[in-house]
Amino acid sequence: MKQRKGSVLRLATPVKVLVQRFAFLALIAATFALMMLGKADVVVLERVRTVAADAIAPILDALSRPAATISEMMDRVHQIAAVDAENARLRAENDRLLNWQHVARQLSAENTQLKSLLNFSPAAAQSFVTARVIADAGGAFVRSLLVNAGEHEGVKKGNAVVTGDGLVGRVVTVGDRAARVLLITDLNSRIPVEIESSREQAVLAGDNTDLPEIVHMADHVTVAVGDRVITSGSAGVFPPGLPVGVVTSVNGSDIRVQPFIEWSRLEYVRVVDFGTNGILLPSIERSPAKR
Amino acid sequence: MYTTFWQRLDTIARRMLPVAVTLLLALFAGVPFHIPGFGEMAPAVVLISIYYWTIFRPDLLPTPAVFAIGLVQDVLTGTPLGVNALVLLLVFAVVLGQRRFFLGKSFLVMWWGFLLIVAGAMAGLWMILSSLDGTIINPLPGVFQGALTVAVFPLLTWVFIRSQQALLRGV
Repeated sequence: MKQRKGSVLRLATPVKVLVQRFAFLALIAATFALMMLGKADVVVLERVRTVAADAIAPILDALSRPAATISEMMDRVHQIAAVDAENARLRAENDRLLNWQHVARQLSAENTQLKSLLNFSPAAAQSFVTARVIADAGGAFVRSLLVNAGEHEGVKKGNAVVTGDGLVGRVVTVGDRAARVLLITDLNSRIPVEIESSREQAVLAGDNTDLPEIVHMADHVTVAVGDRVITSGSAGVFPPGLPVGVVTSVNGSDIRVQPFIEWSRLEYVRVVDFGTNGILLPSIERSPAKR
Repeated sequence: MYTTFWQRLDTIARRMLPVAVTLLLALFAGVPFHIPGFGEMAPAVVLISIYYWTIFRPDLLPTPAVFAIGLVQDVLTGTPLGVNALVLLLVFAVVLGQRRFFLGKSFLVMWWGFLLIVAGAMAGLWMILSSLDGTIINPLPGVFQGALTVAVFPLLTWVFIRSQQALLRGV
């Protein structure tokens, strides 16, 4: 009896090793197959991706809440310490904003009058969804995040993602309950922009650093540090006029922009459907569906 | 020996520890912590987990699980599907081949070995992503991430040792 068990074991071990080796090689081959399919933009794979993200989304949502609570509590402590100075600052700001509100009301009224005179057709109505950021920038080599709103909430591929500060990025994949946002700093992000003061068109290209670069700008244009950069609305990707950032350095053709967004503080974002349907021109969008 | 249903269930639950811990770490790594610059440099804790369990309990870390954990990471971080899975599988294979060397060695030797593994893994990740993107990605964030990962290795390893002693003794 004892001997028989031994002989079975002696036979079983090499077979087991062989099976394990084969499984390992098969899985390695599977990773390569996945990468190749991903490179070829297979629709099924994107579907798998979004389904998987959907499945993970509730877990991530739950996990991200304690982290958010802790950072909120720390903020609260800071605020209490500075409440007096903050109050004075807010009063001053309120005065200033009331002035602006007055101006804005006047301009709005004037604008409606002038539009009615011109028979102007207004831009498509926008709708938006507010979403929580549930997963952060993807490690060292990718700039993207997951939000907890998807098709169910009306999010569509190509929607602009903004906060009160400015443009965050663009929705690249949509699941039922979650969507992935490609940040404007990602290597694959190309955004048609213009310099606010001169209205010169260019493209804002991310390169995984915090300061995306301005490319495809006409040679004769001069750009100065401090110029504001906004979306241009060309190519129909985003509506015109969304604030993007400020030019921080100009070295010959190397023009860098500091986005208005403070990436580490992103907690809630607005996913806005501007009715542009996310038409992405291949010449500008190198690989919109990759990520 | 006669084992009851509950004993068997208990054993199964305990034997799932390495995979469960690694999966949990993969999920945690994606949670936004709202610390400036942390997203790019957050330590690759999954690598530590894979390294540790491959050396001490490879029987509880099946190859398909390593593959699946890599895919979860890909979905979470937005890297092309298969990239992290490939890196983790290669790390798993390399460490498995060298585990006899690490067993019974001092902690410093293990730490040194991990440094080499992280360097290899980050370089691999960088090369795969660069070639998939067709450009040369700035490798610097990867270097920082690797350094931070090596720095938190002792802390996480301590937790693993304690949990192995507490839950996996004789299982």
